[in-house]
Amino acid sequence: MSLKNWLYALSATAVLTLPAVHDAQAEDSIYVPLFTYRTGPFAGSGTPIANGMHDYLTLLNERDGGIGGVKLIVEECETGYDTKKGLECYESVKPKKPVIVNPWSTGITLPLIPKAAVDKIPVLSMAYGLSASAKGDTFPWIFNPPATYWDGFTQILQYIATQEGGGIEKLKGKKIGYIYLDASFGREPLPLIEQLSKELGFEAKLYPVAAADMQNQSSQWLSVRRDKPDYMILYGWGALNATAVKEAVKTNYPMEKFISIWWPSEDDAKGAGDGAKGFKTLNWHAVGADFPLLADIQKHVVDAGKSQVSGKDKVGQVLYNRGIYNSMLIAEAIRRAQEITGNKVVTGEDVRRGLEGLNIDDARLKEIGLEGFTGAVKLSCTDHNGHFSTFVQSWNGTTYEKVSDYIAPLSDKVGPLLDADAKAYAEKNAPWPARSEACDAS
Amino acid sequence: MLYNIFIDPFVQMVQMPDLLVQTLWEGLVSGVLYALIALGFVLIFKASGVFNFAQGIMVVFSALTLVGFYEKFSAAGFSGHAAAFVALILTAGVMFVLAMLVERVVLRPLVNQPDIILFMATFGITYVLIGLGEMVFGGDPKQMITSELFLPSGSVDVEMLGGLVSFQKIDIAAAIIASAMIVGLALFFQKTRIGRALRAVADSHKAALSVGISLNQIWVIVWFAAGLVALVTGIMWGARSDVSFALEIVALKALPVLVLGGLTSVPGAIVGGLIIGIGEKLGEFYWGPLLGGGIESWFAYAIALLFLLYRPQGLFGDKIIERI
Repeated sequence: MSLKNWLYALSATAVLTLPAVHDAQAEDSIYVPLFTYRTGPFAGSGTPIANGMHDYLTLLNERDGGIGGVKLIVEECETGYDTKKGLECYESVKPKKPVIVNPWSTGITLPLIPKAAVDKIPVLSMAYGLSASAKGDTFPWIFNPPATYWDGFTQILQYIATQEGGGIEKLKGKKIGYIYLDASFGREPLPLIEQLSKELGFEAKLYPVAAADMQNQSSQWLSVRRDKPDYMILYGWGALNATAVKEAVKTNYPMEKFISIWWPSEDDAKGAGDGAKGFKTLNWHAVGADFPLLADIQKHVVDAGKSQVSGKDKVGQVLYNRGIYNSMLIAEAIRRAQEITGNKVVTGEDVRRGLEGLNIDDARLKEIGLEGFTGAVKLSCTDHNGHFSTFVQSWNGTTYEKVSDYIAPLSDKVGPLLDADAKAYAEKNAPWPARSEACDAS
Repeated sequence: MLYNIFIDPFVQMVQMPDLLVQTLWEGLVSGVLYALIALGFVLIFKASGVFNFAQGIMVVFSALTLVGFYEKFSAAGFSGHAAAFVALILTAGVMFVLAMLVERVVLRPLVNQPDIILFMATFGITYVLIGLGEMVFGGDPKQMITSELFLPSGSVDVEMLGGLVSFQKIDIAAAIIASAMIVGLALFFQKTRIGRALRAVADSHKAALSVGISLNQIWVIVWFAAGLVALVTGIMWGARSDVSFALEIVALKALPVLVLGGLTSVPGAIVGGLIIGIGEKLGEFYWGPLLGGGIESWFAYAIALLFLLYRPQGLFGDKIIERI
């Protein structure tokens, strides 16, 4: 047989045996795909989150041999924050029996909502996605802890009210601008804004920014200059955040009155120089690397050359830690699923139960090596979000500093709206299946 | 409703003339920068008849290369203006190497192939550059080295017309540099021997070859020129936001300019850029709120299509009459 024929034969054998190898791996491992975007217009936000998610799970493999002695197969699929590519990623990972998917895009999450129950793959859309998917009765396969976009909006409103020296009644007569990415994510709070502006008596001014104009927001900020809103709220992503901060500085908009949902990074504020000092965002976890778990990541992953971070200083930044938080939820859900079922190798169905039984208290956070990193997380069969409190952090020119106490969402306002929205979703997508999954969480 | 469309915007213009001037200025700056992006497309289309899909990623790649070189120098203890300009020269060198590679690896083997094949090849170039850029520089956004390149910051605030009009120094610099670049390139291609050769190639590859013009050489020059345009575009847009893969979509803003100005006309790119830039800012600011805002991205195409109703060949395109 000639060398060429040998090569053909070898290639054919490799191709034919690949699925068998994967099946063999699947028997004693847990497959966790990560939908990430390290390229494209939103890579600035996507890359640090991808690094955080990836490094935490890699640490568990390297340090602990996986979870409960079972190795994790961690595989990234590049979505470019593009819904079509995200759905392609979903279809490509589905045959490999993932125990969870993390779409990292509201646009990708929305079409996965009806698929999740059919494919038995839980969807973790951590603090993004459809706010109403917090309702576990209607959406048993979707989880969006620790707070919804609607919760976040009411938390910002309450912060504004305290700045005005009182409760939410202080919002009456105020003009509040909302600048947002004109996509599923940014449009998500619009029904809430419409409702609350009527109830609380503030005037909402909307400034949508198309993805193609993320770096070209002068029109929107000229309108801000004309309308003179008392406060500005930002729901941006990728380069939209950095440009918005720069434009706000350029327009001389007072930074102490410019407050964002939880997505801007250090780089987003840094580019605007000293003028960005005082820019504020919501958050629910610490910034910085001064935690035992992050020290372990540094040692076992970054120093070992198994991370993709571009520099050691990136470990501990806001969005890196956001990725850490996301993977903490994944890991703890898998661990809980192992406890509930008694199986080491768990399935998507098991992890869904694990998520519903998730209970990360302070003692568990300490065991993980994240004591003081964030608040406790407890989900249930009916509440897939938790609606936890967040705090406001302010950019000081170098890093973000916590400048407020924890703020609970306005549950009395958001709760009924979430109920109504979940009901409306089910009616719109009739026949929406009634929940048939048993509840084994306490 | 009719009042809001036909009267109120003009009342606002009269009542707040300072904001009108500010809007026009913002439109002018955007327009010049759009023209710069469009120029990159026009240069390559004129020389090879190819719509270069990779122009957007060339903007990202050149800007990332510039900042990447500078970061390497800084890490080695060299920073400041000299390091920035060395990085600039090295980046220009990288764009030249890229132009040579494109000509040698992509264009030369595909000579005489249908235009659609060449167009698809530029898709290939795009994805190679995306992968290469991500591999070498990562996806983290970077800050443009504006002050190191002597680009100014801050603003010039002028009290006029009962208000304050703010001119950002970086925008003034961007308008001047982009204008100079456009004029320079126009003169280069109009007045020099190479420019005449380019025009000959644009008219007919075969005729140009028959009189001894090297097609390969022209392609390298044109792709290099487009690379330099991409570099300047990347610096200017990067200074307004950050240097990240998001710059890639800035190139989309050139499409309505090309629809309006034509793919083969340098003056068309300039005038088209200005019309689109000013038109979309006026549209978004005065009429946008009536339509819920965020109309800029499609309003530019509406302006272009409106013009095309009256001049289907584009602003400066030749009327093509074919005998059938």
